[in-house]
Amino acid sequence: MKFSGLRAYAFLYLVFLYAPIALLPVFAFNDGTVIAFPLKGFTLKWFAQLFENETLAGALTNSLIVAFSTSVLATTLGIFAARSATRYNYPGKAGAMGLIMLPLVLPEIIVAVSLLVVLLAAGVPLSILTVILGHVLVATPYAIAVLNAAFSSLDRSLEEAAYDLGETKWSTFRLIILPLVTPGIISSALMAFTISLDEFIIAFFLAGEQTTLPTYIYSQLRFPKQIPMIMALGTVLVVCSVMLLATAEYFRRRGIAKTGAKDTGGFL
Amino acid sequence: MTQNVITAKVPLEQRRKMIEFDRVHKYYGDYHALRGITATIREGEFFSLLGPSGCGKTTLLRTIAGFEDISSGSVLIDGKHMEDVPPNKRPTNMVFQSYAIFPHLSVGQNVGFGLRRDPRSEAEKAKAVEEALEMVGLKGYGARAAHALSGGQRQRVALARALILKPKVLLLDEPLSALDKKIREQMQIELIKLQREVGITFVLVTHDQEEALVMSDRIAVMFEGEIAQLADPETLYRRPASRRVADFIGVMNFLPAKVLGEGNGHVQLEVAGLGQVDVTDEQASAKPQGGEPAVGFRPETLTILYEGQTAQDRESPGVIDEVVYYGDMTYYDVKLDGVETPVRISMRNVFGRPVLDVGTQTRVAWSPGALVLFR
Amino acid sequence: MSASPIRRWARSEAASGWFMVSPTLIYAMLLLAAPLATIFAYSFFKDGYLVVIHEFTTQNYIDAWSDPIFRTILFRSVLVSALVTLVTVLLAFPIAYFISFVVPASNKSRWLFLITIPFWTSYLIRVFQWKVILNFNGVINSTLQGLGIIDSPLQMLNSIGAIAITLAHAYAPFAILPIFVSLEKIDRSLLEAGQDLGESKLMTFWRVTLPLAMPGVIGAVMIVFIPTIGDYVTPELIGGGKLPMVANMIQKDMLKIDNKPLGAAVAVSAMFVVAAVSLLFLFLNRRFLKVGK
Repeated sequence: MKFSGLRAYAFLYLVFLYAPIALLPVFAFNDGTVIAFPLKGFTLKWFAQLFENETLAGALTNSLIVAFSTSVLATTLGIFAARSATRYNYPGKAGAMGLIMLPLVLPEIIVAVSLLVVLLAAGVPLSILTVILGHVLVATPYAIAVLNAAFSSLDRSLEEAAYDLGETKWSTFRLIILPLVTPGIISSALMAFTISLDEFIIAFFLAGEQTTLPTYIYSQLRFPKQIPMIMALGTVLVVCSVMLLATAEYFRRRGIAKTGAKDTGGFL
Repeated sequence: MTQNVITAKVPLEQRRKMIEFDRVHKYYGDYHALRGITATIREGEFFSLLGPSGCGKTTLLRTIAGFEDISSGSVLIDGKHMEDVPPNKRPTNMVFQSYAIFPHLSVGQNVGFGLRRDPRSEAEKAKAVEEALEMVGLKGYGARAAHALSGGQRQRVALARALILKPKVLLLDEPLSALDKKIREQMQIELIKLQREVGITFVLVTHDQEEALVMSDRIAVMFEGEIAQLADPETLYRRPASRRVADFIGVMNFLPAKVLGEGNGHVQLEVAGLGQVDVTDEQASAKPQGGEPAVGFRPETLTILYEGQTAQDRESPGVIDEVVYYGDMTYYDVKLDGVETPVRISMRNVFGRPVLDVGTQTRVAWSPGALVLFR
Repeated sequence: MSASPIRRWARSEAASGWFMVSPTLIYAMLLLAAPLATIFAYSFFKDGYLVVIHEFTTQNYIDAWSDPIFRTILFRSVLVSALVTLVTVLLAFPIAYFISFVVPASNKSRWLFLITIPFWTSYLIRVFQWKVILNFNGVINSTLQGLGIIDSPLQMLNSIGAIAITLAHAYAPFAILPIFVSLEKIDRSLLEAGQDLGESKLMTFWRVTLPLAMPGVIGAVMIVFIPTIGDYVTPELIGGGKLPMVANMIQKDMLKIDNKPLGAAVAVSAMFVVAAVSLLFLFLNRRFLKVGK
């Protein structure tokens, strides 16, 4: 074949990308406390341990609360910003959008540290609420990126037509724009949810005494005895996020089909 | 089809003023998009805004709809000032260039979209939708998905959706430009019929001069944010107010001319290739436009004389420089004696009369009455 | 008769745009701009053991920069980031090229999906898996020993190379996507024109494809370089805490030692170094960016 070299490379690259993840179930089902070859035998006890772990359940509950709130807030803020960015031109727009999108290129440690300093100075007690504040900040730019694509594939004359046919600006938004960008909103919400669920640094700095799933995982990684259970947890998480992603992708494609635009590829 | 009372009986100049532009200016930052537009559009008129892209015609249309604020001046619809009236409160509806059919709604929901706030019962509204669809020739299409329609069908849905609200003015932004030639020509005729039937004032934006000539009662030709000429199609074609208008509408030949003298309603000219000619003041462009004076004439006002034929009025000798055969017509480019630039002559092909060859010495018949003087 | 200036402005595009963006913008101002400004201010305040004294000083910067440990850590951070960026982008380019030029159009989004999936699974666990792979008794060592290729295990963890490969894995999709986008934008007839004008395939790639793909490559470099320099987890887990990077130092100053002004000065210094390196890189590649626009 003509590009066989390139094809072989692509295959090797996928192996590189997937190797760490492929190893998760291998050790999650391995009946041995040491994470090494050769394997010992099949067991489900790590999963059993996982589901009995109450600290983990607490961390998971916290994480789900944080991720859900982040998802709603970041998507709402994202809708405002994406709508503004795709529909209007105004002086200062580049600056405003630049600030909002800044967390994309800012090391998360900086976001975390600066928020921490301000929250402590303002006397705000650290909790999962402060984690939500930080997560919304970093998830919003991703939400905007997804929503921008949804909003910019809208023909502007659609809303002018509704306005022209007697609707107000608000009812136009409700009757025309919202239904057409709904798939984008769903995939933005799923993305913000996933980002928040996986975010470590900000949660590490801002959660105070409380734990989220990543900070819990981080704390357990120091104890070799706990590693097999973490492998089981990782396996569960991989399955969940693949399902979530597939849903997001499904809605993104449906959105493209609905507005009759062309598919320009993944999460760009 | 029944003719509406207004469009059938009342002469244009006696009808109510429907749209009045008074010294309308529009700036986008430093860009001066509309430069003092003053014009009146009458009730039941089919009015076209014609011009090249960027001339301000669409902007002007959108000031009627309310999508563009004007920087100064005033726009009145049916005698009422519109400056503070938003698009949803204006008695106008628009057919968009892209048709703007709502892709998530059915054809019927699209057409009935503007009736949401209508106090009538659902059954009456459904009947109105059915009637509107019938009017545009889409009877029974109500339940179909809008995104599955063809271009021509989308256009009809857009028309029905706008007309169902019985606006005082229907605005059409290049409604035919996305259609292919055959459907476009068919839709032109249908639009004229529809307009006569409903008697609503239509304002059409187009860059296609043929479309404007075919459809309009009157046409405003626009260049660079100004109306260069506002006239009925025939006047526009026969007596263009400037060389630029003449160039934009159809083909016009120009020959340099010298003014020898004027008076008594006539101008005496010495025209290259044609010799001494007298034209009336009506044939001369009203205001001087700068540049060298020239006379213009349409290709069909000239005739190539075959052997044995004589001119009814005047004739000039020349040589055929180029021949383009179109089937029903032949275009000849003829170099008149003493003129370097050839003039274009269009001749209807008649059975039994041969198409002439390049290089043929010939005589061209013309009439001073068909000339226009630009000075 | 024209609308009053205020009503007219309220209806203008600029007003609508600002109004629409304001909730998001206010949020970013309060929780991003203000905290960043605070950090900047803190870096010029005095530390009074657990409290911050609001008095202007440049002592924090002098302390930070005269500390050889800080200089070593900062240098290591830049070095690791640069290495990670180089490795990531070099590895990513052929994949982006493969998806853009070899994969049929109908399969492209499937490939992109395939590449983004690992990115969406727990970052911590992904990083830790590299420890599992590279460990003393990890996957590679136990496999090699099992096969009898080596007698004693190789020491791979706690090295800059291990940190680099872990981060290169973590940031792979960030590098692939921008390069893919710029490759997709290339008009395919340009490449045919290049070959038609007698260039070999390799020369066409060198003279046409690569320069046109440069905006994407530059984007990839920026998007990998900037966040990796602030990575906290990998130096802790893979470097075993023995090769700290700047994020680890900021964390230590801020939380463990609780010298906030010094931590702030370190953070601000790190941001300036990142910005300076990034701007230098952009400046060196400015001609490609002009072509790109």
